[in-house]
Amino acid sequence: MWLNILQGTMEQGLIFGLLAMGVYLTFRILDFPDLTVEGSFPLGASVAAVLIINGTNPFLATFLAFLAGILAGMITGVINTKLKIAGLLAGILTMTSLYSINLRIMGRANIPLLRERTILTIIKGWGLPERYISLIAFAIIVLCIKFILDYFLHSEIGMALRATGDSPVMIESLGVNTDTIKILGLGLANGLTALSGALTCQYQGFADVGMGIGMIVIGLASVIIGEVVIRTSRIVYATLGVIVGSIIYRMAIAVALQLGFAPTDLKVVTAVLVILALGAPSLRRFMIQDEFAERLMEGGATDAEA
Amino acid sequence: MLKLKNIHKIFNYGRINENHALKDINLIVPKGDFVTIIGSNGAGKSTLLNLVAGTYFPESGTVEINGQDMTNWPVHKRAHLVGRVFQDPLKGTAAEMTIEENLSLAVKRGERRGLRLGLNKKRREEFQGLLALLELGLENRLEDPVKLLSGGQRQALTLLMATLGDPEILLLDEYTANLDPKTAVQILEITGRVVEQGKLTVLMVTHDLKQALEMGNRTIMMDQGRIILDLKGEEREKTTVNSLLEKFSEKSGRELTNDRMLLQR
Repeated sequence: MWLNILQGTMEQGLIFGLLAMGVYLTFRILDFPDLTVEGSFPLGASVAAVLIINGTNPFLATFLAFLAGILAGMITGVINTKLKIAGLLAGILTMTSLYSINLRIMGRANIPLLRERTILTIIKGWGLPERYISLIAFAIIVLCIKFILDYFLHSEIGMALRATGDSPVMIESLGVNTDTIKILGLGLANGLTALSGALTCQYQGFADVGMGIGMIVIGLASVIIGEVVIRTSRIVYATLGVIVGSIIYRMAIAVALQLGFAPTDLKVVTAVLVILALGAPSLRRFMIQDEFAERLMEGGATDAEA
Repeated sequence: MLKLKNIHKIFNYGRINENHALKDINLIVPKGDFVTIIGSNGAGKSTLLNLVAGTYFPESGTVEINGQDMTNWPVHKRAHLVGRVFQDPLKGTAAEMTIEENLSLAVKRGERRGLRLGLNKKRREEFQGLLALLELGLENRLEDPVKLLSGGQRQALTLLMATLGDPEILLLDEYTANLDPKTAVQILEITGRVVEQGKLTVLMVTHDLKQALEMGNRTIMMDQGRIILDLKGEEREKTTVNSLLEKFSEKSGRELTNDRMLLQR
């Protein structure tokens, strides 16, 4: 049974790794707190699900979901850069709009895909060991995208993107339009998120309009866990860290469920996890002060004074 | 060649805190000129540089570079002609990126950026050669993130980056002000060398009157948004720091004061 749970967490971790890569792109690379993710995740699922039940090739449907996500992210980018509306609010505005749009796309709140032809049923036909199909398929997709993303972030445009988050004044003085780059980066990040949503709906067998709630915190948790596990400033390891972080996050969730938490408790568990991780440096100061006070009491004072 | 014609810059136009920062500035800087700019706090020195860079746009007047009117061009659009070193050493480089990555961003100044890799063997060798010119040992640290460098090293790197990709004009805005005196001298030496090599036109704002007379071939003094003195040639050679101070009080009817200058004396 443990092996089954482990496999399940790996599969989920891999799919959500795409979402986490998107969050990494915006929060870490672009330094842009993008909440569009909460809407582009179900957008990806809605687009893929509707196309699939209408007989579109699942691969094409998934790709179109990716494009829809890009468009959503670019809209947030335009709202922020051209209309000068704060990034956080720009994301919220797009996210809120997407709730209505996703309902329009699906025509109802939930679309089941149980007997439909999906990416996974197609791959099943290729003769892979049936039990591990999802795991193998997701691993290949996620790793391919990781390597493409690594390459992109080392390309001329990709480096301009990193510099836009790191030192916008400088990269502008070198001739880069940071508005355009931000729009591009947000597009890409939400494309990855939508792709994650499209794969999720095919994996779990349904698309639901509410499936985006809490995605930003899940993505952030994965990014943070990844940073703790793999400490590096090198992109190649950082993107790997994000995927590993996503898998570890799923494992932590599985453990929490085994410990008796209800599935509905998981969002608060995740949020607390993120608060603790992000707040750690501030809390650490007090811990160090306490510890040092003890050291002084124990006669280490002479050392400290010297 | 840089040409500023009848420039007026007014901040907070029409509001109660309106500030007429530049008043009818006319300035022609021929190619290859190295102009040092001095003046009190609030004289408009940095505002002038920002107008050339495209950070600010004037309320009236024109900014021309090589005969092209670029008064309303944003920073990124004129970056192929204008290189810049900022007062804050942290601003001119990307801290999380490596030295070689920063340089590769600069070689593509003003050019179209594509999906090719930003770095290759040839570029790395080129960068090593360039960094060696700085004589700071950075040529052996290509893969170090810039955040590991000292302020002086970062400013030297920024200077190198500001001159890569063939700009015409180099803007230096009190770029040694945040460095210790020894490093500042080093950076000034490097500046002399790279400017010579690139045959650049330079505008350099400084608070150090000695530096203003030693560097370059022309000195401009500003006060309350106006250019009140333009020294070049023989007249400039005869000028000393003291006569410069006298000239200031003569022209403006006040003492030349600047927080930094006061601290220095």
